[in-house]
Amino acid sequence: MTDPGSQAELVRRSLKRRYGKERRFRLYGIAAVSVALFSLAVLFTDIVSKGYTGFIKTTVTLDVHLDGELMYLNDASDPEQMAMADFQAPIIKALQEYFPNATSRADKRELSRMTGSYASNQVRDLLKENPDWLGSTRTIEFPAHDTVSVYVKHAGDPGYSIRLTEQQQRWTDELLSKGVIDTGFNDVFFTSGDSREPSNAGILGALVGSLLTMAITLVIAFPVGVAAAVYLEEFAPGNRLTDFIEVNINNLAAVPSIIFGLLGLAVFIGLFGMPRSVPVVGGLVLALMTLPTIIISSRAAIKSVPPSIREAAQGIGASKMQVVLHHVLPLAMPGMLTGSIIGMAQALGETAPLLLIGMVAFIVEIPDGFFSSATVLPVQIFIWAGSAEQGFVELASAGIMVLLAFLITMNAFAIWLRKRLERRW
Amino acid sequence: MPEADLIKAPIERPADTVIEEGKTVGVPFSDDPKFQLRNVEVFYGETRAIKNISLDIARNEVIAFIGPSGCGKSTFLRCLNRMNDSIENCRIKGSLLLDGQDIYDPKRDVVELRARVGMVFQKPNPFPKSIYDNVAYGPRIHGLANRKSDLDDIVENSLRKAGLWNEVKDRLDAMATGMSGGQQQRLCIARAIAVSPEVVLMDEPCSALDPIATARIEELIAELSESYTIVIVTHSMQQAARVSNRTAYFHLGHLVEVNDTSKVFTMPEHELTESYITGRFG
Repeated sequence: MTDPGSQAELVRRSLKRRYGKERRFRLYGIAAVSVALFSLAVLFTDIVSKGYTGFIKTTVTLDVHLDGELMYLNDASDPEQMAMADFQAPIIKALQEYFPNATSRADKRELSRMTGSYASNQVRDLLKENPDWLGSTRTIEFPAHDTVSVYVKHAGDPGYSIRLTEQQQRWTDELLSKGVIDTGFNDVFFTSGDSREPSNAGILGALVGSLLTMAITLVIAFPVGVAAAVYLEEFAPGNRLTDFIEVNINNLAAVPSIIFGLLGLAVFIGLFGMPRSVPVVGGLVLALMTLPTIIISSRAAIKSVPPSIREAAQGIGASKMQVVLHHVLPLAMPGMLTGSIIGMAQALGETAPLLLIGMVAFIVEIPDGFFSSATVLPVQIFIWAGSAEQGFVELASAGIMVLLAFLITMNAFAIWLRKRLERRW
Repeated sequence: MPEADLIKAPIERPADTVIEEGKTVGVPFSDDPKFQLRNVEVFYGETRAIKNISLDIARNEVIAFIGPSGCGKSTFLRCLNRMNDSIENCRIKGSLLLDGQDIYDPKRDVVELRARVGMVFQKPNPFPKSIYDNVAYGPRIHGLANRKSDLDDIVENSLRKAGLWNEVKDRLDAMATGMSGGQQQRLCIARAIAVSPEVVLMDEPCSALDPIATARIEELIAELSESYTIVIVTHSMQQAARVSNRTAYFHLGHLVEVNDTSKVFTMPEHELTESYITGRFG
């Protein structure tokens, strides 16, 4: 028998220790969250600081005299002449208005590298559309050459000027002060597909490709996943076969995604003869990859529906099917949706399996259907990040921001949907 | 206070009492049976939970099942509308007849059976839907009402019978889960009687309720007993005494004694029944 006084003392001492433990535990938690937040902040700062320039375009606006003699062209509606004509000449001529001394061959070459590589194509397309413009003077806005563009955007940073000659740097500074070279919001980035020239490259193709691929993934993986989960949870007899299937589904969730790419290559393209690089195959491969995640989370959601609700429905005489459709599914739906969105988010960021089925190709056109060649956001970022031009590096960062925005929108939609469907019992 | 006093004296168990299997004292059979149950045995895997029970449940009677925890009264109750079907490795032997028809006939549709034999559970379990939808659910799935007005009538009648109409008539669209526990349980009763069953099984319907709500449910049982056969499992002997015509005492899977309620509580024939109702164990 202990003396009550000393026992209270013991409790007091143990209390002190307990509080200390609790405080330490809370500190660990705060530390962990801080580390996570800090890493996230570093990541975002890095991406945004590198990538915001991707949303800025540099333009060169010139009064171009569309001189037929200079271009060896006297009829712009004649396709044969158009194919032979020199559309670079009037641009160089227009630039020479500002720099009359730049007449040597070398100077002309440098002048031609002030505007983007596709500037001459732009002149050709304008003339093809308006053959009567031949001989007139028109104000045309050209994208600046990639090297000029990064020089302008990173003014004062020597790392970004080494690709320009000193003469070009002088010209650029002068044209900037005269307002010929200007910067603005990069609408090209959001309205065009990929290009060899950074100033003409856009994310839209990859964005549409991602949307199409995700649509296929969702349409295949969600119904199949939910149906499989419902069957396994509600109808399957508890025997060895069911256990075997369960173990395999869990294992499938841990299979590296590139294996699914190989499977897609072998089965969908090799065996079924489906075309390469198309969203349908990409969507199917990602659906296979997402299925285990959806099945596992859906089963957990079904399991968490209280048995009392099932009993209530059965007690009134609802059939198994009615119990599932009227009661279990509506109550499990929020959890199923959460799992599906996590799976979809994984699929959205997936690159490896898509490389194997050819969605890594250089595709300029914006895909117009499930069977047209396409690439997806992470693959596009992957391609850009590996390119030599400095302009592509900033586009890659800008692409990451678009991908993140896509993800956040998707998650926000899922949370909104879950809140709407959630019911308490 | 010396510590030894704090430890309760061991409960006196009539350990030497031998229960003869399949033998029930009292009056287990009836001339006008709704249920005829003969030699019923229930197994959970290898465990025998119900041991050779034979019993009649008469038309329009209220019969109470009492007994200590784990004696099998709930298991036995759930056999009457095959709620044990969903439990894996649960096997049932014997003959269970409802109006002369085998409940466990493989060809028998369990949906039809449960429409005739409704059930109210221990914990109020309304669906997370509106009050109206809770009551209307049964009639809807069984196709009992073709028109909206018919359905409205069924809902109103059921709620009236359950004594809930006046409390909820202005908020039929409110969530059922927002009601008090007693109201929820009465809603569950309304939901069960909305499909006009012939029998209502109640598995400790008041164990999660306060005394006032309990009294309300007991009144309700008395009113319902005019038109339904009611089987009620209860832990409260006072409740059994108040609401039932007959009482069945279960012990370790055996049906020990069945008799008129007044007899069971005043002159129990079996010594196990006597020790239970006098509170010597339980």
